[in-house]
Amino acid sequence: MPALSIPTVASGDVTPVLSLQGIHKAFGAIVAVERFDLDIFAGEVVALVGDNGAGKSTLVKIIAGFHPPSAGRVLIDGAEVTMSDPSDSQALGIQVVYQDLALADNQPVYMNMFLGKELVKGPLRRLDRKRMVAETETLVKQLDVRIPSAKATIRDLSGGQRQGVAIARATHWATKLVLMDEPTAALGVAETAKVEKIIETLKARNLPILLISHSLDQVFRLSDRICVLRRGKQIGIRETAKTDNNEIVSMITGLST
Amino acid sequence: MIAVFKTIPPSRYVIYVGFLLIFVTFAVLLRNDGFATPSNLFNIAQQTAPVTVMAIGMVYVLTAGEIDLSIGSIVAVSALLAAVVLREWSWPVAVVAGLGAGAAIGVLNGALVAYGRLPSFLVTLATMGVFAGVARRMTDLQSVPIQNDFFNAFFGSGSLLGLPSLILWTLVAVAVGYFVYRETRYGAHVHAVGDNARAARATGIKVLRVRFSVLVLSGMLAALAGLLYAGRLHGARYTLGEADLLTVIAAVIVGGTRLNGGSGTIIGALIGSLLMGILNNGLILMGYQPSDQMIARGLIILIAVATTLREPNR
Ligand SMILES: Nc1ncnc2c1ncn2[C@@H]1O[C@H](COP(=O)(O)OP(=O)(O)OP(=O)(O)O)[C@@H](O)[C@H]1O
Ligand SMILES: [Mg+2]
Repeated sequence: MPALSIPTVASGDVTPVLSLQGIHKAFGAIVAVERFDLDIFAGEVVALVGDNGAGKSTLVKIIAGFHPPSAGRVLIDGAEVTMSDPSDSQALGIQVVYQDLALADNQPVYMNMFLGKELVKGPLRRLDRKRMVAETETLVKQLDVRIPSAKATIRDLSGGQRQGVAIARATHWATKLVLMDEPTAALGVAETAKVEKIIETLKARNLPILLISHSLDQVFRLSDRICVLRRGKQIGIRETAKTDNNEIVSMITGLST
Repeated sequence: MIAVFKTIPPSRYVIYVGFLLIFVTFAVLLRNDGFATPSNLFNIAQQTAPVTVMAIGMVYVLTAGEIDLSIGSIVAVSALLAAVVLREWSWPVAVVAGLGAGAAIGVLNGALVAYGRLPSFLVTLATMGVFAGVARRMTDLQSVPIQNDFFNAFFGSGSLLGLPSLILWTLVAVAVGYFVYRETRYGAHVHAVGDNARAARATGIKVLRVRFSVLVLSGMLAALAGLLYAGRLHGARYTLGEADLLTVIAAVIVGGTRLNGGSGTIIGALIGSLLMGILNNGLILMGYQPSDQMIARGLIILIAVATTLREPNR
């Protein structure tokens, strides 16, 4: 283990939902993540912060099964998993709000909501569009995502509405862990508040959340712990209640304030 | 009314208006040349059957964000293989051989594209050339007559319940093609992969498998088109399918399928294919040469591209 202090909110005998051990990722000569260790426990929000290019999205894609790590282990509920494809993380109940949202622009909202998990009916296993539309309508209403209709095409939605769809999809399918890569980046004040409320609801469902955000105010409002990454290096993890803005900023930038 | 049109991309209805316009124009211009007679229209519908069958495959391929340029060569190889096999064996063997050849070329295309991660444009451009050569080699440019009556009736000149077999094949291919495209999870995955492959992968869709499968499907449908030609002409020749690539792509694009993937329409492809058939037939009746038909087809593609690429946000 590196010389990092890794405080946890939970007591020692609780198994973390997600445990990253010695994760290293290089793209050719570029080292995106040098060495990363983190345990995330049920019902906690861990914020991952760092400047542009620090390696945050790369970590998310490793946990999602998009990239295999160059070295290191990923454990879910204490058992090591090797993911060769995002379908593996999906099967484990891990859901991701990607930075680029990962929506199919020419498909309707309801198809995006059920992408890869489409509902079918009857012996011919026909797509059950009616039910997918109905469930989508209910879901977006519950989450207060304002879209014209579940049948609207993604291309015709605003940036914030798209973000809402991506978040609704992730929250709908998550049973184990939610990763959110800058979920409020494109949102206005009211929409941001809604997303923060959603995150709190997820937390109340005892789901662990890894939240990436450039807004430190938001990070301090929502997180239990803050993990700082700088140019691929894990600088440290702090309990949110026991740190302050200045410390985190100096960890992010590497300059003392 | 206007509002309804605004919600549908122009490519979706332009084909129906265009089809009607061209049909009416020919019906008026050629009112004394037998254009709009039932027998001529029936004839057009039968002649377009192979193109329609290939067009259905092309809708899948384009929707998945790929292209298949090798379909014309597959037509020739499959038809010739079936014809050669029919000299010695029964028709089921010939059908399996013909369709199998198309499937095998489709597997080659699909494997190189999906698992070799090569662009389908280049892969199928290459296999188009290779199998055009193979078709010429197979019988040393000789055409092969087919004397098997059942084969000729089943794929070409026969009929069932008063419907010519070529029209029946068209109906079956369109019905099955439509159902799978619109009503199944597989169809939804084809759409998603062509729309945003990364997003499709992120939701657990097996992107490579979809890419592979659409090229196999396209190969098999091109092979079926080859059998339809062989049945109608009672024989096969290396030139079969040679000129069809442009017609198929024109039919599909005019029909409203996006060239850059993510959306398309099977019914539109059928209408597009019939439109190309009407155009050919009308131009012949008006006394134009095949060269003029080629020019007309090229212009049609231009018009189609000009309308479909003018979508909002593009
Ligand atoms: N597929 C890839 N191939 C090569 N290099 C990559 C790839 N993905 C990421 N990188 C590199 O890895 C580094 C970390 O990128 P990453 O996207 O993880 O940063 P980030 O912390 O999410 O930044 P931002 O806040 O801007 O989203 C960058 O230098 C980036 O160029
Ligand atoms: Mg990022």
